[in-house]
Amino acid sequence: MAFLDVIILLVKCLVLALATTTMFAYFTLFERVLLARFQHRVGPNRAGYIPLPGGRKLLGGFLQPAADAVKLFFKEDITPAMADKWVYLISPAFAVIPALIIWATIPLACWPSGGDGIVPQGGCAPAGGSNFLQLAEFNVGILYLLAITSIGVYGIAIAGWASNNKYSMLGGVRATAQVISYELALGLSVLGVVMQASSFSTADIVAGQWGWWYIVPQFLGFVIFLIASTAEVVRSPFDLVEAEQELVGGYNTEYGSMKFALFFMSEYIKLVAMNAIAVTLFLGGWHLPGLYTLSQAVTDNFGQFAGAAVLGLTSLGAFLLKVALLSFVSVWIRATVPRVRYDQLMHLGWKVLLPMALFNIALTAVLNVLIPDRYIGGVIAFVIGLAVVIGVAFYQGPRKPSSEVTLVNQSAHSVGVQAKT
Amino acid sequence: MLGELIKGLGTTLKYLFKKPVTVQYPEVKRPVRERFRGRHELKRFENGLERCIGCSLCAAACPADAILVVPGENDPNHPNSPGERYAATYEINMLRCIFCGYCEDACPTNAIVLEHQYELSFYDRKSSIYTKDMLLVAADKGHGEIPPVLEQMQRRPSPPAQIDL
Repeated sequence: MAFLDVIILLVKCLVLALATTTMFAYFTLFERVLLARFQHRVGPNRAGYIPLPGGRKLLGGFLQPAADAVKLFFKEDITPAMADKWVYLISPAFAVIPALIIWATIPLACWPSGGDGIVPQGGCAPAGGSNFLQLAEFNVGILYLLAITSIGVYGIAIAGWASNNKYSMLGGVRATAQVISYELALGLSVLGVVMQASSFSTADIVAGQWGWWYIVPQFLGFVIFLIASTAEVVRSPFDLVEAEQELVGGYNTEYGSMKFALFFMSEYIKLVAMNAIAVTLFLGGWHLPGLYTLSQAVTDNFGQFAGAAVLGLTSLGAFLLKVALLSFVSVWIRATVPRVRYDQLMHLGWKVLLPMALFNIALTAVLNVLIPDRYIGGVIAFVIGLAVVIGVAFYQGPRKPSSEVTLVNQSAHSVGVQAKT
Repeated sequence: MLGELIKGLGTTLKYLFKKPVTVQYPEVKRPVRERFRGRHELKRFENGLERCIGCSLCAAACPADAILVVPGENDPNHPNSPGERYAATYEINMLRCIFCGYCEDACPTNAIVLEHQYELSFYDRKSSIYTKDMLLVAADKGHGEIPPVLEQMQRRPSPPAQIDL
């Protein structure tokens, strides 16, 4: 029996890894098509289509990710002569492995299996059983997520150093500085959720959002999390790491072929994983009103396994729908917001988001103690959070140039000009 | 700042629901202007005779030296063109041609015309040379009557003035 469990676990790991990589491939297509439409273009529509009667074509370009993958595989694989060879070769793996293993503790859906078969209200795992669609459930899942997301930056930093190229090096250094700065705000915004749920376990956090998603009591935390996670996965508007105008391609300048593809992959899988974490923490995970009722009805009519299966598939659908929604928002923001300057990045991270996150923690603590009723307390927290977000956005807007630019001393400048003439 | 952010997001969202401006090129081709200067064509008269009389003025006018004309004497029984001579060889090197249209201006019989075809690509330099068979229009695509001055076989039209056709 134990042997069978190990086999099932391995198969689950494999399926999850393949699913995330496939999802990465299709996220690139999703992003390219959406960006194109935002920019008044059509986007990739050539590689593969489903022919319809009347000469019409459906889903034009759905094989574009496959075409890209084949192209990248057949590109020449170059190692720069002056690169630190082994480090250079190993850093793509350093980047991509954390991105893949983030997914282990995220409850993707609710498929109760084993145990006594009675699903607790809001939760998923029956007593003695487990959630089939969560690879690993343990009581410090949140810490695991935070640790793994920040380990990912090692790959970038090492890649920048090993390439022996000044642009790569600068990109790696920027990435490290940026991720460290935003790690704090990210961790603190997650801490608010942990306090709300009184648990570090992802399954408990999802169970705690039964009928009352944490985006309401933790609205401030949600906004901070969205901004900080965008910065954490070095994505536009915080993509200084690969600012083309300044750093060619950033840390992956010297990488080509499949090694580049691995970096690309890690970036996108991390982005989707961050969206999945945001859904888990703030948007109710796999919860959707009506799922339990549906599953109960199926169980009454077709038996327990059918009920569990229906609950599993519908909740997976709900989860993926929410992730797709947040992914759309990421693409939307990328299509809209220009890249920030480095000092703006640091200002936002340390002087705006970090105090806001600390305030959020204090607010959560005080409200949880003073107002035990979670609905009233939640609404008050939501109102305060909204007010804080609007207020901070209002006062911490684009700063005036005078405080920004180092002005040349007027008199010294004119003296210099006089001396020349 | 929040206001600007929302305004920007609204602008991009508005464009999401608009029809893209992209023209799907190989399937959809935008029409060119009437006076567009594309690939050359050698024209014919209404009765099927070639308009080119092999005078080489186009070659002389060409700033890129892209045109080669070798004139030949017409067989009086089976003339290729009205008048004494015709172009035995007529070649245009499309890699040299700059599509300025000076050949068109120089031609006394309006034989060479830059038409609207613009898809001129080839895999090697040899195929960049367009010969007379490629440039000449079909025998039934001619237009216009032969002007009387070209019918006077004894009198060479010299100097070859622009004949208003």
